[in-house]
Amino acid sequence: MSKTYYDPSDLKKFGNITEWSEELGEKFFDYYKKVFEEGALTAREKSLIALAVSHVVKCPYCIDAYTKDGLQRGITKEEMMEAVHAGAAIESGATLVHAVQMMNKVNQLDG
Amino acid sequence: MTKLKIQSLHKRESELANAKRQLEILSNGIFLNGGLPKFKDKTAETNQFPLKPNKLEIFQVNLGYMCNQVCSHCHVDAGPDRTEIMTKETMKQCLDVIKKTEAHTLDLTGGAPEMNPNFRWFVEEAAKVGIKDFIVRSNLTIIRANKKYYDLPDFFKKHNVHVVSSMPHWTRGKTDKQRGDGVFDKSIKALQELNALGYGMPNSDLKLDLVYNPTGAFLPGDQASLEKEFKKALLEDFGIEFHNLFVITNLPISRFLDYLIASENYEDYMYSLVEAYNPLAVANVMCTNTISVSWDGWLYDCDFNQMLGLKVASKVKHIKDYNEELLQNRNIITSQHCYGCTAGAGSSCQGAVI
Repeated sequence: MSKTYYDPSDLKKFGNITEWSEELGEKFFDYYKKVFEEGALTAREKSLIALAVSHVVKCPYCIDAYTKDGLQRGITKEEMMEAVHAGAAIESGATLVHAVQMMNKVNQLDG
Repeated sequence: MTKLKIQSLHKRESELANAKRQLEILSNGIFLNGGLPKFKDKTAETNQFPLKPNKLEIFQVNLGYMCNQVCSHCHVDAGPDRTEIMTKETMKQCLDVIKKTEAHTLDLTGGAPEMNPNFRWFVEEAAKVGIKDFIVRSNLTIIRANKKYYDLPDFFKKHNVHVVSSMPHWTRGKTDKQRGDGVFDKSIKALQELNALGYGMPNSDLKLDLVYNPTGAFLPGDQASLEKEFKKALLEDFGIEFHNLFVITNLPISRFLDYLIASENYEDYMYSLVEAYNPLAVANVMCTNTISVSWDGWLYDCDFNQMLGLKVASKVKHIKDYNEELLQNRNIITSQHCYGCTAGAGSSCQGAVI
């Protein structure tokens, strides 16, 4: 048993999840593949979104995968960092917008 | 003068300057302990082993390993210190073959082929043969390297040479990281000069194509998408136009192998190549339609096999004994480096193969 929760080599085994639930696993991977095809958004734009989300959900596998994917698409490190900041801004904004709830409660209880 | 950050493996007296050592590395480790299948076994799964030649289309001649640049990924281990240069006598033997070959494309490469003292004579003589597509792989900076090369664009135009040039990225930082400080600016200037003569312009017969290969330990993305990005950026930023982008995968040999090992990326890179293995690409790899001639006249299945010292498996091994019919009956020599040409959409000196 691994002594760490995350092992980079596990990413290569991602496809193995179909072994214990073939139908759901295959449906997921079909969906995943379809999502990242060229559409109204380019595959390049989707790769940057995926990179930002990878950071927001703090998935080390996804960060490795979409950093590499970005490099393969010629995406620059400056573009990657801006995408991560976009994700981080939403994440911190999501925390801060709850401050309105705090303010409402303070005003209600002690206004 | 372009500032050279690294030296060739030969200059450094690295063990990887020895092709046999490279082949040992590629046949052991993860390919020996069962972690990854050998290329031979992988191709056998789809009845594609041994690889056999299809119709010969490209006659590729390496005029020498001398180069004004020392790029970090170079599979030739080229550089200013390399003295291997094709002689006029070998060039004459090549011309005899060019006159009678079935191949429709003549592809001159190096090093910097222009640094061969007989380069211009050879181009003039070869152009007289009237081969359909006459390629010179020019690294662009050579055009600005010395006064004696300033007129190369005019010389290329005069002989209707198809110019194919490396450009690893549309940004200065990534280009200079791979090819040396100052390479990007010189390349841009050279491309503008070529454009001014009509090279690479829409509907122009003066063909100018660029070659992209990744700057690090990752595979190239989709050729059409990258071409779109390159065209947009080079036109918007510098007013530069070109025809096609050839996307090439870095093969794990020579200086790129050295980089992969030193940066501890070797195993992951080989996993990526094997994972991206595509049997459709195998059917179209360039060794099936190419003959590669080294500076000293030996014959190889491709430029990569040339660098690994793997001469063709044929009775005919040298340009002086050239016999196309006999050569076409050979088996192509493969090893694990061949995974570089069969990953994803495949890779060749002409870019993706499917």
